[in-house]
Amino acid sequence: MANKIPRTPVREQEPAVRATNFEEVCYGYNLEEATLEASRCLHCKKPRCVEACPVSLKIPSFIERISAGDIAGAANIIAEDSSLPSVCGRVCPQETQCEGACVLGVKGESVAIGKLERFVSDWGRENNAVKVVKAPANGHRVAIVGSGPSSLACAADLAKLGYEVKIFEALHKAGGVLEYGIPEFRLPKERVVAPEIENVKRLGVEIETDVVVGRTVTVDSLMDEEGYEAVFIGSGAGLPRFMNIPGENLNGVVSANEFLTRANLMHAYDESYDTPIYTGSKVVVVGGGNVAMDAVRTAKRLGAEAVIVYRRSEAELPARREEVHHAKEEGIEFRMLTNPVEVLGDDKGWVKGIRCVRMELGEPDESGRRSPVVVEGSEFDVECDVVIMALGTSPNPLIASTTKGLDVNRRGCLVADENGVTSREGIFAGGDAVTGAATVILAMGAGRKAARAIDEYIKSK
Amino acid sequence: MLAENICLMDVEAPRVAHSARPGQFVIVRVDEKGERVPLTICDYDRERGTVTIVTQVVGASSARICALEEGEYIENFVGPLGRPSEFVYENIEELRGKRIMFIAGGLGTAPVYPQVKWLSEQGVKADVIVGAKSKNLLIMQDEMRAVAGNLYVATDDGSEGFHGLVTQLFEKLIAEGKMYDVVVAIGPMIMMKFVSLTTAKYGIKTIVSLNSLMVDGTGMCGACRVTVGGKTYFTCVEGPEFDGHQVDFDEAMRRQAQYKTIESRKAKAAEEALAGHKCKVGLH
Ligand SMILES: Cc1cc2nc3c(=O)[nH]c(=O)nc-3n(C[C@H](O)[C@H](O)[C@H](O)COP(=O)(O)OP(=O)(O)OC[C@H]3O[C@@H](n4cnc5c(N)ncnc54)[C@H](O)[C@@H]3O)c2cc1C
Ligand SMILES: Cc1cc2nc3c(=O)[nH]c(=O)nc-3n(C[C@H](O)[C@H](O)[C@H](O)COP(=O)(O)OP(=O)(O)OC[C@H]3O[C@@H](n4cnc5c(N)ncnc54)[C@H](O)[C@@H]3O)c2cc1C
Ligand code: SF4
Ligand code: SF4
Ligand code: FES
Repeated sequence: MANKIPRTPVREQEPAVRATNFEEVCYGYNLEEATLEASRCLHCKKPRCVEACPVSLKIPSFIERISAGDIAGAANIIAEDSSLPSVCGRVCPQETQCEGACVLGVKGESVAIGKLERFVSDWGRENNAVKVVKAPANGHRVAIVGSGPSSLACAADLAKLGYEVKIFEALHKAGGVLEYGIPEFRLPKERVVAPEIENVKRLGVEIETDVVVGRTVTVDSLMDEEGYEAVFIGSGAGLPRFMNIPGENLNGVVSANEFLTRANLMHAYDESYDTPIYTGSKVVVVGGGNVAMDAVRTAKRLGAEAVIVYRRSEAELPARREEVHHAKEEGIEFRMLTNPVEVLGDDKGWVKGIRCVRMELGEPDESGRRSPVVVEGSEFDVECDVVIMALGTSPNPLIASTTKGLDVNRRGCLVADENGVTSREGIFAGGDAVTGAATVILAMGAGRKAARAIDEYIKSK
Repeated sequence: MLAENICLMDVEAPRVAHSARPGQFVIVRVDEKGERVPLTICDYDRERGTVTIVTQVVGASSARICALEEGEYIENFVGPLGRPSEFVYENIEELRGKRIMFIAGGLGTAPVYPQVKWLSEQGVKADVIVGAKSKNLLIMQDEMRAVAGNLYVATDDGSEGFHGLVTQLFEKLIAEGKMYDVVVAIGPMIMMKFVSLTTAKYGIKTIVSLNSLMVDGTGMCGACRVTVGGKTYFTCVEGPEFDGHQVDFDEAMRRQAQYKTIESRKAKAAEEALAGHKCKVGLH
């Protein structure tokens, strides 16, 4: 039953040590700690936490199983609603979702739902505890574009329903942002991401890498020539935005995508790999989201002095709270209410600094956020030799531009309803490709809804 | 082996061969540790499902590509990437009426070849200038001769053909009364820059194929950005061909050299690892 003990702290690598390596920052709970933390849950009749989870994970039920010592049972309850729980437990913005709504959080500290989810799912995966029920093959074929969380979730659900599913991925490795974007120290690739993908494959899903849909094949050729009855597009939002300020093409200015892809996908931090990465001695990262935090902490680990420059104040930082906290512990400098206006170069065309202006917060805009306004005459320069732009991303236009009749909105996102139904019959979409850059759990949820819609569509044909 | 440090190979890649068009490229990752290396599609055979690439050894990954033996595997081979050459979309009748000149510098001969071949198949005979430092670095002469209108050769040291640069040879042809509606220049950045400067004098439309640094080749990283007509473009998806008179070559060359010091360190290590292993690949 509930007790008054404080939230169970989680063991982490020492900040000074972890700032020099790529090992996972957080060790997670062990059985004892998880049991203790589980005992804090009040098992609310109308659990607010569940309402706030985008996939309505049965939180009190799985926590109850932990308390009963039945971790396998807990893992199976989680698996009913989430196909990537080890990932979500690590990267969900819990403070604005499940944990943000937990009643214990009103007066004190919420239950550590994310950490419990992570513990249970890691245990479940390592002990092969999750039972999968797979329907017999139904002879229908579905193609899936991309291999990020939306696609993996969609593929897994369709495979369980008996579909023959094939994923087409542009890069040489499956996983989407989980593989090329989120760094090892937050989401271990071999230990967490690879087994999750392996599980999807074990359901019979085939993954063909090195296929760029829109170039190597097209959505139409998949349907007309290769005989897929439906296509799910989970191609993400990979196109990086730049600021369009002077000096942005100087040597040493890179997008966070480039920087993180070199580090994660191409293992540039490992000398034995060919791909180079350049961090110089002082790196300025522009932006305040998860991507900015990942870039700045990667730069720090590669030996640079690393600074965040963000135009709003700390309260508006869109990154997960835990990442901001970790970054600060690791010695990252935060310059809030600061906005770059120009990248400065030396005579050889390399970055030597960044010119910024100070900002102050004005009136709240429609979204309720106070938008920053420039303080006149406040220009100042920050010295640095690398600038990383982490200003957000939008969907790559390649698929929309090579598929007739597939509608996109003004922001370049594919138009799809909440079940992933697009403007073209038989074509479904979900995840960042539809919403613009969002979260793993939303992408996964969208993939699952689309799987249901695809099933209905094919059955009703 | 086509010349010192340049090798040609046919790679079995049915999907790529099926969709390839002139002007496009592939990205090759030779093994787990290799870089993603962009290489132009030099030829493709839809029936056999093969794609021909020509690689020059410049660093660690290209060295390992060239060290492959016949029958060995390439870990990853993705494409076709980039937009096909503009003339693929043009009206054939109009194309036939055009006077086209290709200027290939060094390795640029390889990517020029499929374009000239494609045109020749459509009944369009294009003139070609091939330039190299020296005779022993000239590649694919016979193949090119078979599909080109007039083939002109220039070498820096005069060991074959015209003694001088491709731009000098081009101006000589113009002085002799030749004229062109379009020039397509492919080769080292510096050469494409000077070809563009030269053709600008005569007001001849010029297309260049930029070999910027790339990582993913799908528009995801922005490593390949170039300035064309004052606007930023991603070479991998919006190129690789651009209007040569609009390209900011100085910026492009500077950006291309960004990783030079790190690369040369890694290349040295690779060279040591490959010591004694000679480049033998190629079915030709
Ligand atoms: C650095 C970084 C950190 C993040 N941190 C968090 C976090 O802490 N918490 C969180 O919840 N979210 C985080 N996110 C966001 C989250 O990762 C995304 O919202 C999520 O991955 C979207 O999933 P998706 O399946 O829609 O697309 P993606 O994961 O983007 O996957 C799309 C896949 O499709 C492939 N593809 C694209 N075009 C084609 C094509 N034409 N043909 C074939 N394949 C194609 C891509 O190569 C890619 O593999 C982060 C994102 C980044 C970049
Ligand atoms: C669209 C496109 C088509 C290309 N087609 C071909 C082709 O058909 N055949 C071919 O051999 N090469 C081609 N290239 C160039 C080729 O991709 C590079 O030479 C290769 O990436 C080098 O890889 P590496 O790892 O061996 O060398 P690295 O270790 O990456 O580089 C070694 C040295 O070469 C320099 N360098 C790296 N990339 C380039 C580049 N793109 N241009 C000039 N210098 C560079 C580096 O600065 C460094 O000094 C093409 C490039 C592009 C973008
Ligand atoms: S999936 Fe995310 S939001 Fe839902 S309970 Fe788990 S951590 Fe919370
Ligand atoms: S809101 Fe908090 S206390 Fe209530 S069930 Fe959810 S986790 Fe338990
Ligand atoms: S190579 Fe990454 S965007 Fe062009």
